[in-house]
Amino acid sequence: MQLDELVRKLGLRVCCAEGSLGRDVRGGYVGDLLSDVMANSREGDIWITRQVHQNIVAVASLKDLAGIILIQGSEPTPDTAAKAGAEGIPILVTDLPAFEIVGRIYQLIHS
Amino acid sequence: MAEPLYFEKSFDVEGGSFQNAGNVSGQIKGILKDLGVSTDIVRRVAIICYESEINIVSYAKRGTITLTVTDEAVKIETKDEGPGIADIELAMKEGYSTASAAVREMGFGAGMGLANMKKYADHLIITSELGVGTYVRMMVMNFQKILHPDLPSITL
Amino acid sequence: MTLKDVKEILEAEVLVGSDQLEKPAKTAFAADLMSDVLAFAKPDSLLLTGLTNPQVVRTADILDITAIIMVRGKKPSEETIKLAEELKIPILSTRYILFETSGRLHARGVTGCIEKVGGET
Repeated sequence: MQLDELVRKLGLRVCCAEGSLGRDVRGGYVGDLLSDVMANSREGDIWITRQVHQNIVAVASLKDLAGIILIQGSEPTPDTAAKAGAEGIPILVTDLPAFEIVGRIYQLIHS
Repeated sequence: MAEPLYFEKSFDVEGGSFQNAGNVSGQIKGILKDLGVSTDIVRRVAIICYESEINIVSYAKRGTITLTVTDEAVKIETKDEGPGIADIELAMKEGYSTASAAVREMGFGAGMGLANMKKYADHLIITSELGVGTYVRMMVMNFQKILHPDLPSITL
Repeated sequence: MTLKDVKEILEAEVLVGSDQLEKPAKTAFAADLMSDVLAFAKPDSLLLTGLTNPQVVRTADILDITAIIMVRGKKPSEETIKLAEELKIPILSTRYILFETSGRLHARGVTGCIEKVGGET
């Protein structure tokens, strides 16, 4: 499934890197500890997190993640958004908490 | 007519070690339950105390948490011997943090502590002096009792 | 759904609270940041997390959480187990990652303990 399909079906708000929404989503990873995400996420995962500081962009970029979903209406800090835009890493925002958005993504991926 | 409720107690919190972090908050939760304080207020005070305790453990050498319970309100005062906060307004901002990597690995230090304390308290003031320490006073009001003084001491 | 069902769905190992498996489990909150849990989780929910330190147990106690589900097969320290036993908070350990754990429980009817953020305290 492509990112733009997730955006459409889950009503996500696109914060930056709209040009990269054609990326393929192969799985998902939830985590707020960057060392964990660095160690255990896989290429093509959509990353669901509460962290908003700019280090998330570096992690997503290094691990070739499909994109980042910020939960509970969290906004990326301006430097995070700028960096993500420059590196073409889509940052998407939902008002839902992690459990609920993951449940819905899981269903879309497995249906 | 029942005696008006009054309870006060201070607790010492040791800085630096996560070994006992949360112990005081657990005790305070138990005390409030025993006093018959309503579930919602117990929960809010417990969260406030826990974030306060984590702050003392994460940043200060030592500190105290003082709990005062009356019919109208629960007051939580924290005082620590720590580095102090240079810019309180900035520190209150969600996401701002000066926490160490060790604190972050514990699941704290994401810059949400003070914001949480403010969220659950009806009133919060902070004063801080660099190199000396920080004082925080928070109130959780029992509005039901204030609006209906004739109700029994604390209603559920 | 009860903790027993949760155990089966997640092929989990019960580390603490094998006598509490009849407890109902209808809602859940997933996070690694304990301050996030303190800000939003509701009483009587499951707490799904990648952390295993004693602060997870403290947080669960403060919030009256039904049970802690530790993901990725990580085993807590002796200290964490002892505290959970003392405070009577069940701990289940599953080998699934947090994404899979959340997805499986959600697919079986567990819902988020809050709908969305904003307005509530």
